[in-house]
Amino acid sequence: MAKADTAILDKAGVDRAITRIAHEILEHNKGCSNLALVGIRTGGDHLARLLHARIKEIEGVAVPLGAVDITMYRDDLAARGNLPIGKTDIPFPLDGKDIVLVDDVLYTGRTIRSAMDALMDFGRPSTIQLAVLIDRGHRELPIRADYVGRNVPTAREEQIEVVFNQEQSPVAVQLVKP
Amino acid sequence: MSFKHKHILGIEQLAKEDIQLILDTADSFKEINRRDIKKVPTLRGKTIINAFFEASTRTRLSFEIAGKRLSADTVNISGSTSSVVKGETLEDTARNIEAMAPDIIVIRHGHSGAPHYLAERVGCSIVNAGDGAHEHPSQALLDLLTMREHKGHIEGLEVAIVGDITHSRVARSDIYALSKMGARVRVCGPGTMLPPGIERLGNVEVFTNMREAIKDADVVMMLRIQLERQSNIMLPSLREYARFYGLNPTNVKLAKPDAIVMHPGPMNRGVEISSVVADGVQNVILDQVENGVAIRMALLYLVSGVESMQTAV
Repeated sequence: MAKADTAILDKAGVDRAITRIAHEILEHNKGCSNLALVGIRTGGDHLARLLHARIKEIEGVAVPLGAVDITMYRDDLAARGNLPIGKTDIPFPLDGKDIVLVDDVLYTGRTIRSAMDALMDFGRPSTIQLAVLIDRGHRELPIRADYVGRNVPTAREEQIEVVFNQEQSPVAVQLVKP
Repeated sequence: MSFKHKHILGIEQLAKEDIQLILDTADSFKEINRRDIKKVPTLRGKTIINAFFEASTRTRLSFEIAGKRLSADTVNISGSTSSVVKGETLEDTARNIEAMAPDIIVIRHGHSGAPHYLAERVGCSIVNAGDGAHEHPSQALLDLLTMREHKGHIEGLEVAIVGDITHSRVARSDIYALSKMGARVRVCGPGTMLPPGIERLGNVEVFTNMREAIKDADVVMMLRIQLERQSNIMLPSLREYARFYGLNPTNVKLAKPDAIVMHPGPMNRGVEISSVVADGVQNVILDQVENGVAIRMALLYLVSGVESMQTAV
């Protein structure tokens, strides 16, 4: 297991980040009339649900919420073998919507690439924006986040761990050194 | 847990956890078949050969659609149009196919054990799509998925399988699969169609009286009378068979009120199943077909992962 953990965000910190991101999304999109949230499994879907609840508190509107499992769109089947495939559930038409993809940690960008490919198979969104709780750098593709909870410079050997409680709410984010 | 099987030769070789993983994977793939764009890039660049040396519509189509929806290139060859008719042996045919570097060969063959024979001799993955009277693993798996969807669980189910058990690879695979998952199987047919020792394959009870076999069953699975496999020489007449072993609106009431009626197809309407039951509210026969595509997607995905890992090392 981990030898040294450094706390990055506690529960209150995560809550504040989500509140700020919710406001930024609403400001950038001038409300939420055309907005929809899609979380990336697993981790991003829980955050998307929190974001969804926060937007509802602020605007009083429940925007469409979906989840995408990107296992079928991975580019590393050869290296990783058959990872378990989760469920993709997008219960609304994507065409013409402003989609905010939600993930917990942004790293190489490959997951986001996969998720965008998956979304395109469901329709033609007007825009796709990206919200992440943590951006840890080391991008391998030209991808950036529109909304970031916290930028955390890391070394490649380090890991970012988002700890979820039993209700699937993030309670802490920590940096795990090898 | 991860899947370790490079080949799918039969249910006999699979553990309960493997079956569980296949069903869960298929469950996730099902959603693709309901999209507008029914395609994901998962198996892009993989070549799958469907080698069907025996007649098939459903299974071949199902494997082909499954491969295409995962973006694999699927190619079909059938017995009657291949060099088999010129006298080429199975091994030579397979080696020639292999020289064209496929990743998976899906094989149906009239001889029991043909897929196992190939698995020892070629490098790619082999998926058994039915071998003689031995096994038909993908059919049993889609049956299980259908039961799980309708009943919520498999453990504890009472499943009656009625028909020509001797010649049925579906029955064998279903017996293995249901026993491993904790269901109880009742097999039923005329004495000429019940192989001795079938009860030793799993959690099986043998009946010759259909009314007793389907009483209070959760699932009634009717098998096709296989006229091409000489089922007819074991019967005085099809009419007599229909009378004693056919499922009709009267005897179907002996099963539980919420029992489901299954059939692997193709149906002989009026022989093993009456049209009223085949089209009735309890039938889940087309659900079986729908689930077949998802199960075959899961199998192709899972064996590809194992195969790719071995190549990468």
